[in-house]
Amino acid sequence: MDVKTHQFDVVVIGAGGAGMMAALYASRGAKTAVISKLYPTRSHTGTAQGGIGAALANLDEDHWEWHAFDTIKGGDYLTDQNAAETLAREAIDAVIELELMGLPFDRNPDGTISQRRFGGHTNNQTKKPVRRACHAADRTGHMILQTLYQNCIKEKVTFFDEYQAIDLITNDGKVCGVAAVCIDDGAIHVFHAKAICFATGGWGRLWETTSNAHSLTGDGPALVWRAGLPLQDMEFFQFHPTGLYPVGLLITEAVRGEGGVLINDKGERFMERYAPTIKDLASRDVVARSIYLEVQAGRGIGGKRYVHLDVRPETVNRYLAEAGEDRRVDADYILSKLPDITDFCHTYLGIDPTKSPIPIQPTAHYGMGGIPTNLDAEVISTGAGTVVPGLYAAGEVACVSVHGANRLGTNSLTDLIVFGRKAGKAMADYARQADFVPLPADPAGKIVAEIERIRKSSGKTKPYTIRQEMQKVMMDHVSVFREAPGLQKALDTVRELKSRYQNDLAIEDRGMRFNTDLLEAWELGCMLDLAEITTLSAIERKESRGGHSREDYPKRDDVNFLVHTMAYPEKGGIRIAHDRAVDLSLGYQPAERVY
Amino acid sequence: MKVKFRIRRFNPEVDKKPYWGEYTLDNVEPTDRILELLHRVKWEQDGTLTLRRSCAHGVCGSDAMRINGVNKLACKVLVKTLDLKDGGQVQVEPILGLPVVKDLVVDFEPFFDHYRAVMPYFMPATPRPGDGRERRQSPEDRARFDDTTKCILCACCTTSCPSFWASGEYVGPAAIVNAHRFIFDSRDGATQERLNILSEESGVWRCRTIFNCTPACPREIEVTRAIGEVKLAIQRNGR
Ligand SMILES: Cc1cc2nc3c(=O)[nH]c(=O)nc-3n(C[C@H](O)[C@H](O)[C@H](O)COP(=O)(O)OP(=O)(O)OC[C@H]3O[C@@H](n4cnc5c(N)ncnc54)[C@H](O)[C@@H]3O)c2cc1C
Ligand code: SF4
Ligand code: SF4
Ligand code: FES
Repeated sequence: MDVKTHQFDVVVIGAGGAGMMAALYASRGAKTAVISKLYPTRSHTGTAQGGIGAALANLDEDHWEWHAFDTIKGGDYLTDQNAAETLAREAIDAVIELELMGLPFDRNPDGTISQRRFGGHTNNQTKKPVRRACHAADRTGHMILQTLYQNCIKEKVTFFDEYQAIDLITNDGKVCGVAAVCIDDGAIHVFHAKAICFATGGWGRLWETTSNAHSLTGDGPALVWRAGLPLQDMEFFQFHPTGLYPVGLLITEAVRGEGGVLINDKGERFMERYAPTIKDLASRDVVARSIYLEVQAGRGIGGKRYVHLDVRPETVNRYLAEAGEDRRVDADYILSKLPDITDFCHTYLGIDPTKSPIPIQPTAHYGMGGIPTNLDAEVISTGAGTVVPGLYAAGEVACVSVHGANRLGTNSLTDLIVFGRKAGKAMADYARQADFVPLPADPAGKIVAEIERIRKSSGKTKPYTIRQEMQKVMMDHVSVFREAPGLQKALDTVRELKSRYQNDLAIEDRGMRFNTDLLEAWELGCMLDLAEITTLSAIERKESRGGHSREDYPKRDDVNFLVHTMAYPEKGGIRIAHDRAVDLSLGYQPAERVY
Repeated sequence: MKVKFRIRRFNPEVDKKPYWGEYTLDNVEPTDRILELLHRVKWEQDGTLTLRRSCAHGVCGSDAMRINGVNKLACKVLVKTLDLKDGGQVQVEPILGLPVVKDLVVDFEPFFDHYRAVMPYFMPATPRPGDGRERRQSPEDRARFDDTTKCILCACCTTSCPSFWASGEYVGPAAIVNAHRFIFDSRDGATQERLNILSEESGVWRCRTIFNCTPACPREIEVTRAIGEVKLAIQRNGR
């Protein structure tokens, strides 16, 4: 097959918030290209609703130290404290930078950026919720994505739109390029580069019920893994408490930030029992588990698998009055602050959230784990932090680890901007002093063979069948609550599916042009790899922490498990080691988490 | 219920000309999205059916197509809104006015070229504030351009516009909407340049106010109104 070769100092894979931020900075100092399987404005960052966290203190007293502590506590103390410090300190300037780039934030009467409450963000002295989430209505991510793309156009960043990265090329163990397929005509392109940054986002499509786009299939972590590098903390995948029932699409925490409450079949505001101080605004893992427990106890609405999220003005005002607050809301206010949520409820359920409660259930949402990096977004290959020269990762795909065992709402968008920027700067610096590592002979040979295997596959199992089975077993056994027998069943199933994927796959489209049948099948291979690593990582963590809740080990175990999980590829298999220490440099000792 | 799909198919690698593919799906629920059903066709019946999609809830702008003759995002159309009887038919075609790449996939490059041509980026009117903080903007000034910030570049408007069908030179409503977003932003200083671009031959005067674009917009942006405001701004500027 004909392979085209390009040469750039820096190649960024992915054009979401993290990728475009990295590209803007890298392209100011180095010849840079961005490869994205979607048009940049179709990236999943555009779906982020609620806000971006930064202690601007525009409305309430706030400090970066409080933001850092909330991040650490939210992460159930698995968060690296130096990473939380970097995030919280630099968040302030990062949000200001977005505004200066033109981002149309909502405004306070004095013209400053508007902020709202979000789960787990508190005044560290009073423990009360603090307004820290900077927002543009309930389409903050859309505004970030648009603003960054606009600035990329302004600064003439080079994009390869609808090119899908399918291999990380190494020569003698050194990273030197990326192979990608041009989706339009199926041609394979090799990008020879000094520095490469993965910014490919999440992998929520491993699960049946998810807030994630069809495109979030974990290609990035799978490519890094296949190049022989480890993945970190893969057992920590966040289930967001409020997915629309039954479709799973996300209803932002901002609904609760604006005063919405969770109600069970008996009409109780049940979060009062689980988190007496901040109730519905406890962190996500806590709220998701509470909903599961309510449903298990038969208090789901009508005995079904969902509860209600009630943001009707009369309900909100009743609880505001009960809490002794002066603020009151009306339907117009709710509409102005949550226009998209209102539209989703109307389109998909035919309800008006200011008149009826919204049915919700937990939904697979965010990968806390991923490609391990240090604070400069450099990828590392050992628990001790050995840097892989020329390889970077930023955004959801990276594990710094700033989110630990559970991410706080609004901290992902902050992460994209803060660490995307760091990756961009670091790559420009690196490219200035480093030489190109030569490409190996026939750099795309192996991946072309794999793509052709899939194109010509003529077994009996459709990718769809394998995908469905994987998503179901992951949902049943590797979601909000886990225990050994279920995890083992999931592992066995995923391994059996992997063997069918290798030996009995059937696709129908054998063409070159826009072959999504083939690319979906290739993506399924990535997901199967990640499903196996996630499940094995979950089996080996015999404690409950943040988003990882073991029914057979219900307590957090700081003696044995205050440490990151590293999954290493070894002899065609997976070796799990708990060999990456948690950074405790801010001095916060693990404490019991009460909200 | 049972639903029949009639889908415009064309793969230039094998087909001489476009044709209608017909597929029948059983067990369709009234709450199913058209996107899910197209996926069922692709995944259960014919893997070669090709379309773009990502978010599945109307915010990424990937899956604009003509559904029963009207431009829609397939992920935002529920079966029950189509008024089908059991065994009823849904017709799906690519959007018009952009070259077909394969089946429901069209070439978006001309669309994005028009978008990029209107300077769709912030050109600050004032230097950075000396205190290192954000530029301030009153809630009223912010509200002035709120509507046009919602655009997801899906092309539903532009590809339903008869003036665009007549001439692909016309920048089209989507590009004007995105220019409007900056022209009416009190922080921006490049209004005149954008108005100059839009008053050219390929600009706003190609719009005959036929109003196809406004009902086509899945984000409920008042597209024609935005175009009207830009036209007025050009006239006020004496061009
Ligand atoms: C519904 C929803 C709401 C959310 N709301 C919030 C919120 O309010 N606040 C918050 O902080 N966080 C929120 N999050 C989380 C946050 O939006 C995401 O974690 C974040 O946007 C991820 O950004 P990213 O840049 O890492 O990746 P993405 O934006 O997902 O972009 C990934 C990019 O990688 C590209 N790509 C992927 N694979 C390949 C490949 N093989 N080859 C080439 N390109 C590839 C894609 O084309 C895309 O451009 C939300 C998430 C969801 C799902
Ligand atoms: S109003 Fe103008 S832009 Fe809209 S469809 Fe009509 S001619 Fe086209
Ligand atoms: S204005 Fe509306 S229809 Fe046109 S591209 Fe934007 S979102 Fe789509
Ligand atoms: S798939 Fe994103 S808009 Fe329909």
